[in-house]
Amino acid sequence: MIRYAGNAAALRALVRDQEVHRDVYVSEEVFQLEMEHMFPNSWVYVGHDSQVPNPGDYFGTTIGTQPVLLVRHTDGKVHVLHNRCPHKGTRITSETCGNTGKFFRCPYHAWSFKTDGSLLAIPLKKGYENTGFEQSHAAPGMAPVRHVRNYRGFVFAKINDGGLDFEEFFGESLSSFDNMIDRSPVGQLKVAGGVLRYMHNCNWKMLVENQTDTCHPMVAHESSAGTVVEVWKKAPPGTKKPMAVEIIAPFMSPYEFFENMGIRIWDNGHGHTGVHHSIHSDYSAVPGYFEKMKAAYGEARAKAILDENRHNTVYFPNIMIKGPIQLLRHFKPIAANKTLVESWTFQLVDAPDMLLERTLMYNRLINAPTSIVGHDDLEMYERAQEGLHSNGNEWVNLQRLYSPDEAGQTNVAVNGTSEWPMRHQFRAWTKFMTMGM
Amino acid sequence: MSMVADAPLKNAVPTDQELIDFVVSEARLIDQQRFDEWLDMYADDAFYWMPLEWNQTDPRLTCSLMYEDKLLLSIRVERLKGARTFSQKPKSRCHHVLQTPQVDSRDAATNNYVTWTPMHYLETRLDEQTLYAAWATHHLGVEHGRLKIKLKRVDLINCDAAFGNIQLFM
Ligand code: FES
Ligand SMILES: [Fe+2]
Repeated sequence: MIRYAGNAAALRALVRDQEVHRDVYVSEEVFQLEMEHMFPNSWVYVGHDSQVPNPGDYFGTTIGTQPVLLVRHTDGKVHVLHNRCPHKGTRITSETCGNTGKFFRCPYHAWSFKTDGSLLAIPLKKGYENTGFEQSHAAPGMAPVRHVRNYRGFVFAKINDGGLDFEEFFGESLSSFDNMIDRSPVGQLKVAGGVLRYMHNCNWKMLVENQTDTCHPMVAHESSAGTVVEVWKKAPPGTKKPMAVEIIAPFMSPYEFFENMGIRIWDNGHGHTGVHHSIHSDYSAVPGYFEKMKAAYGEARAKAILDENRHNTVYFPNIMIKGPIQLLRHFKPIAANKTLVESWTFQLVDAPDMLLERTLMYNRLINAPTSIVGHDDLEMYERAQEGLHSNGNEWVNLQRLYSPDEAGQTNVAVNGTSEWPMRHQFRAWTKFMTMGM
Repeated sequence: MSMVADAPLKNAVPTDQELIDFVVSEARLIDQQRFDEWLDMYADDAFYWMPLEWNQTDPRLTCSLMYEDKLLLSIRVERLKGARTFSQKPKSRCHHVLQTPQVDSRDAATNNYVTWTPMHYLETRLDEQTLYAAWATHHLGVEHGRLKIKLKRVDLINCDAAFGNIQLFM
């Protein structure tokens, strides 16, 4: 039963001021429309340029469900190409990442392409003479994603020509990237440590919403963080607090902690928790790090950079970053009820290794398929994905601390337990979903 | 039920058979969910390591699926008993099929014995049943006349795949 395609009014009706219809999570048709409209209308994260340091380096990923390639061209510029041969559609690269040399060669009939996607050669080229090939869809080569922006190493792309330009789309939210990058004494990040991949049988938006859901940790994570706190209490007095306990225990902070930490709302669905402090605020100092930062930035600026304790910054539609520990999570939609979560970690160039060690420990303790904290969350998403099929109530409630004048407000800091960020994400969802419809 | 795990060794230096029986009994304790006894098989400074990368050598600056000391392992065991451990309501169950462990190296002077055990591990919860194939490498030593695990390394054949929840111990 088709109900939403080409029907902007029906899509808009799914999102109300204080509640959203369950079809945004469970309908395969809505999911397909997200892939056709919302993702192509948005600036979507592709990868970090340190993943393709040399000419010919490539990295395969997706924008929504469309396969694309991030590739470093011979001139040093980073391009984003649709990962599809213009001949018969074959995926060009066999591995997720690697180096292709000066050109890509399709493994099926050996058409070859320069690393900017343009057609280089076809075997038996004569066979295309007088066929009007120059006018074909295949002639230009691998289709580039035309709108690409490299922001201090982080590469975003937009498939559709319409929509907002990069600055308009992100606005002030880029300050979270700035802070994460400025934590390197030379202002540079590098992907490091490997990527954790975690399959979730739930809708991708449940994960995005959860990044600003501060009313769940002390409840859902009582099993993991609560046990850490209990076991740690039994340690002999004076025992040095292990890094692992520093990382997990703050998840059990009381409601008051999260209320006071604050949430900031920017335009277009972006925002962050941790305006004043966060679960990352009380990590032990890393020997030698502040000295390096002071030498690079001066004491006042170094302090200002490190005093920023943003917890989760959501970049709509589907990434979250943690500046204080240099981590990026990518929520990759696969189906209405299936999402691949990739957790990427970054090394602060010219900073002590111990920072990367902590980042990696955080990643495996919180975001791994073997992580007890991750188990707590995924259990809730999967229960929600099932429960939403109940016809007893078709609406999801997002009413907490709602105020009628909030729509249109931007760059405001509010109570840290507000569900405003989720309402705000759904306003953006409607906007990019129906844009140009 | 008597188990090799808590049996004192006959001599100061373990025989190959004692090493093999010890490794086999570890899997059995996990399958029978006797996690407190299982934890006792680990030395106080032991690590349990599941690499994320094929042939991974560095657990510190390369991410792992697990790299946990005894404190973290004991937290996992405590958590499994928790009244509000919702991802374990209902509980998972698991099943090991081991090949006979091979003794790769034995060094009484440094108190270091290494075994290598190919295995299939099956975890179930609700209607789901998931099969994993792995190689377990045990680094063992003798403490107060009993064998202890110093390091258990579990290399999954598809260590870099996207998994759902892996809830128990392999
Ligand atoms: S499909 Fe790529 S060359 Fe034919
Ligand atoms: Fe959580």
